[in-house]
Amino acid sequence: MAVATPATATRERSLRGRSLGSFSWDRLTPFLLIAPSIILIAIFVYAFIGYTAFVSTTTWYGIVPDYTSAGLTQYTDLFGLPRFQADIQNTVQFTVLFLAGCILLGFGAAVLLDQHVRGTIIFQNIFLFPLAIAFVVTGTVWRWMLNPNFGINLLLDQLHLYFLESPWLADTRTALYGVVIAAVWQMSGFCMAMFLAGLRAIPDELREAARVDGASEGRIFVRVILPLMRPITLSAVIILGHISLKIFDLVVVMTFGGPGFATDMPSLYMWVAVFRQNLYGRGAAIAMVLLLMVALLIVPYLIWSLRQETER
Amino acid sequence: MSTAQAARRSPFRASRVITYALLLIVAVFYLLPIYVMAVTAFKSFSEVSHTTPWQLPSMPTVEAFGNAFATLAPSFFNSVLLVVPATLLSALLGSLNGYVLSKWRFRGADLVFTLLLFGMFIPYQSILLPLVLVLQKIELYGGIPGLILTHVVYGIPITTLIFRNYYAAIPTEVIEAARIDGASVLGIYRHIMFPISMPGFVVVLIWQFTSIWNEFLFAVTLTLPDQWPITVALNGLAGSLLAHYEIQMAGALLAALPPLVIYIVLGRYFIRGLLAGALKG
Repeated sequence: MAVATPATATRERSLRGRSLGSFSWDRLTPFLLIAPSIILIAIFVYAFIGYTAFVSTTTWYGIVPDYTSAGLTQYTDLFGLPRFQADIQNTVQFTVLFLAGCILLGFGAAVLLDQHVRGTIIFQNIFLFPLAIAFVVTGTVWRWMLNPNFGINLLLDQLHLYFLESPWLADTRTALYGVVIAAVWQMSGFCMAMFLAGLRAIPDELREAARVDGASEGRIFVRVILPLMRPITLSAVIILGHISLKIFDLVVVMTFGGPGFATDMPSLYMWVAVFRQNLYGRGAAIAMVLLLMVALLIVPYLIWSLRQETER
Repeated sequence: MSTAQAARRSPFRASRVITYALLLIVAVFYLLPIYVMAVTAFKSFSEVSHTTPWQLPSMPTVEAFGNAFATLAPSFFNSVLLVVPATLLSALLGSLNGYVLSKWRFRGADLVFTLLLFGMFIPYQSILLPLVLVLQKIELYGGIPGLILTHVVYGIPITTLIFRNYYAAIPTEVIEAARIDGASVLGIYRHIMFPISMPGFVVVLIWQFTSIWNEFLFAVTLTLPDQWPITVALNGLAGSLLAHYEIQMAGALLAALPPLVIYIVLGRYFIRGLLAGALKG
């Protein structure tokens, strides 16, 4: 990320200093330019979150707002609900599998593409294009491919790979894996792009130096390359992790949380609670739990990223 | 670079054959859904109900496309009406914000920037209820204008981020010189920054176009059926034409087409937007 060097920063300060003293409309211009955005975000993000937090402490049920205080009972009730317990379990299981799939496939693909083979660009484009299309499109196609009677199972039949066949989306035990496969298909290219950028940034001298020291290629990979991938892996875990916690479109299209609550997620339950069942207080509480999970992941990362930027 | 060198450089010392074989397997995984989508979309209904989904259509027909288009055309048009203004407006806002946050840094600018950025990571469920209530109050609920406003507002963080990083690379001397010549803050933007902003605009426009076109949660919550964007209509199609997989696949292709065309033509700008979202420009 390009950042102002200390030298330009001092110059900027002196630049500002020049207009100090005499009041002018021009000095206000920067504030006026950015003010609309600040006000919009203050309202649409922070005030709205505040309102949702407030609603989560009320008994509001039904279309007419009802601000009778419920204390924290929405939250205590929520964690006692079998559906919400299933949601939390699903979201954790989904996130772990989704991250593992994206990182393994993404890193594997990146290592393969870093081998300087012919057609790298073509392969790279094939791995990345799913990122450009909608989760709804992905869901529509994979819902069909994971239909036990029509899709992948028939292909596996023809290839005599019977042991890989599964009821997929039709069974409570396997439905979540089906959604994970579709999500990995869509997002693993993101990991690949990040890892590939990281691998290509490793200077050749580093590998050469290790070779001169007599290290084998395998050893170089484990001792030199892998440790260098750590910060990228962390970024990928956080970015994909928060996408995973928020996953909504794909679940709606593929299973709508079913069968049973096998693929239900907090993001979907919040939507159903508020917009289908008029359980506003409960929906708001689910939204706050979801926000908290995402914030725990994102806030330290934001602070870390920006601190790194100022240090450089 | 010679083959021998390339092979020696590789961390695995894998032969090129194995590398290619693995690359092909991975490529098949990524292309399989596209193959299914395309093959099925060109089949007739009677052929789709056979248990031969992986075979090429025996009698290719565009009938399914006709049916899908007849159903989805209004929402396709809604999506265009949504995406064009929302993309342009949020790019303009992002450019102004990025200019201020990179070149006119005031006290607390970093804090403001961090607070803005947080807005791009929140689960939108946490603002959805008040958003609906406010849009109802200002009579923008149910239609495309309300959705435009929503996407412009929640697009501010990512567009600001991309432009801030883009402008940070432009030397401050340029601005200093213009300042000495008596140019105003707005004048510097109009005559110096804006004209050299095109690469930044391309990245932001592509990113916003693709994200807004593909977006589902806001669209399904904030619009009524006759105003549905394409993603919501595609989801509805699956519900109403349950067994008609050929129409569903044709519809999916139709919905995927605009972002895919952009990706094919301007892919590297798309990837830049993608990586910017990870705060690692």
